[in-house]
Amino acid sequence: MSATNLNWRAIAAIYRFEMARFFRTAGQSLATPVITTSLYFVVFGAAIGGRMGEIDGVGYGAFIVPGLIMLSVLTESLNNAAFGIYFPRWTGTSYELLSAPVSPFEIVSGYVGAAATKSVILGLVILATASLFVPIQILHPLWMIGFLALTALSFCLFGFITGIWAQSWEQLQVIPMLVITPLTFLGGAFYSIDMLPGVWKTVALFNPIVYLVSGFRWAFYGNADVAVGISLAATLGFLVACLGVVWWIFRTGYRLKP
Amino acid sequence: MRPILELDGLTKTYASGLQALKPTTLAIREGEIFALLGPNGAGKTTLIGLICGLLRPSGGVVRVAGLDIVEDYRRARSLIGLVPQELATEMFETPFAAMNFSRGLFGRPPDHALVERLLRELSLWDKRKDRIQTLSGGMKRRVMIAKALAHEPRLLFLDEPTAGVDVELRRDMWALVRRLRDTGVTVILTTHYIEEAEEMADRIGVIDKGRLILVEDKATLMRKLGSKQLTVQLQERLEAVPEALARWRLTLKDDGHALEYRFDTQAEENGIPALLRQLHELGIGLKDLATEQSSLEDIFVSLTRKAA
Ligand SMILES: Nc1ncnc2c1ncn2[C@@H]1O[C@H](COP(=O)(O)OP(=O)(O)OP(=O)(O)O)[C@@H](O)[C@H]1O
Ligand SMILES: [Mg+2]
Repeated sequence: MSATNLNWRAIAAIYRFEMARFFRTAGQSLATPVITTSLYFVVFGAAIGGRMGEIDGVGYGAFIVPGLIMLSVLTESLNNAAFGIYFPRWTGTSYELLSAPVSPFEIVSGYVGAAATKSVILGLVILATASLFVPIQILHPLWMIGFLALTALSFCLFGFITGIWAQSWEQLQVIPMLVITPLTFLGGAFYSIDMLPGVWKTVALFNPIVYLVSGFRWAFYGNADVAVGISLAATLGFLVACLGVVWWIFRTGYRLKP
Repeated sequence: MRPILELDGLTKTYASGLQALKPTTLAIREGEIFALLGPNGAGKTTLIGLICGLLRPSGGVVRVAGLDIVEDYRRARSLIGLVPQELATEMFETPFAAMNFSRGLFGRPPDHALVERLLRELSLWDKRKDRIQTLSGGMKRRVMIAKALAHEPRLLFLDEPTAGVDVELRRDMWALVRRLRDTGVTVILTTHYIEEAEEMADRIGVIDKGRLILVEDKATLMRKLGSKQLTVQLQERLEAVPEALARWRLTLKDDGHALEYRFDTQAEENGIPALLRQLHELGIGLKDLATEQSSLEDIFVSLTRKAA
């Protein structure tokens, strides 16, 4: 498959269609995370943070910013990408996607590309909101954007998979609610995993989100729970795993083509 | 001329083990209107789904304008338009946006003039800026047709285009299909209604329990349709059809109490007066006479019963 015979118009059509949905409801899409983030700062940053010392030389309010952004980006990536593909399956309009001259790569590029774009926009909006509350320093801006984009991309792929796997709206909610939210809270969004007692620290290292949050925080403040190279490798590993599953889905027609 | 669509041994067995389509071989001529007629669950939608890429075939080959739908899926699919049986639309979008989306998916550049023409033709122009959600069922179906035509397909599938559509709209639909045919588009439609197949199709395929049991030019079918039968109720029971009546090829019915004669209404001579004279000469007494026209419906019922 070469770039010239890619169906670029199809990718653009899907991408634009999905982004139009986002911009139509931009108010809602962005208001919720902005309000939630503000509340976190009121509660954690000001009320509790005042009584917490600095972590690794960073004030508590500032320390939690990368974790908060990750928390929102992860959940929104999952939700958006899952919804994006589940909705046409649910309404039945996916028939057109299946009957059109589009390759799996083009379908995924359109849907996941749009969902990831939304997540990155969201992450940046939260960052802007946070900067109104606490002083933020970004030591490695390119890495910051890189981690943000990579995380958005891999979790949108993951969301795409759950959107194809889900057979009902309940199932669509299960993964973000049951898996991601707890993993994020236990993934060092609000603390350094060095603060965990012995065994838990080891347990935490099995949590993939630890690597994302740690790498992302490193891009801000230059210190990390795990080496940044390992964070990057773990994120890329997750991305590749998701790509593998997506490839398998289209090869077998899983839940798309009986 | 190369057929626009060729099926060769196409078959489908669902995961449940049900063989919804038995190996089917069929060729569709470019520019014809082909009606696939069959009862609920016959396999019509399955057949279409296999051709259009919605289902994975269990065996066989499909070629569209000579292009294999698996190996050459891009070129093959860009020739096909599909209006599925179930209503499914982008509820929150406008007809205009939905059509542009469809056209883009099929890799075609935007063409507002074409979109406008189609919307007008389908009486949707006034609704182009409304959310599809707010349209009536018949309008939604027309939006689906407009979407299917947005990339200018050469082969159009209409899966029960007139289900749940009022009489007037049905006529509009028929007119639209004819107009499409006039522009060279081949149309394959499914229907439960014999009347519809009769009205629209150049050829008719009858499918039942996953088997394509008949494919015939409509004209040929109509000729069969033109046959009538005369039933003669006898006063006395006959053991066998008398030798002297052989040329009418009668059948004995009703345990010997009736004779049945099939004749062609279009033939110059139907042979009835001669038959009646002959019966009289043989001294066979008649109780009653009745004629009956066989309809496509009868042919259909007898065919599907035979296949069972
Ligand atoms: N996804 C599926 N999985 C399993 N069986 C299916 C599936 N889709 C259809 N079938 C079965 O295959 C058979 C043929 O169904 P199909 O939808 O092709 O019939 P049809 O001729 O279109 O009927 P109708 O006129 O009611 O639309 C039916 O027995 C149906 O139950
Ligand atoms: Mg059907």
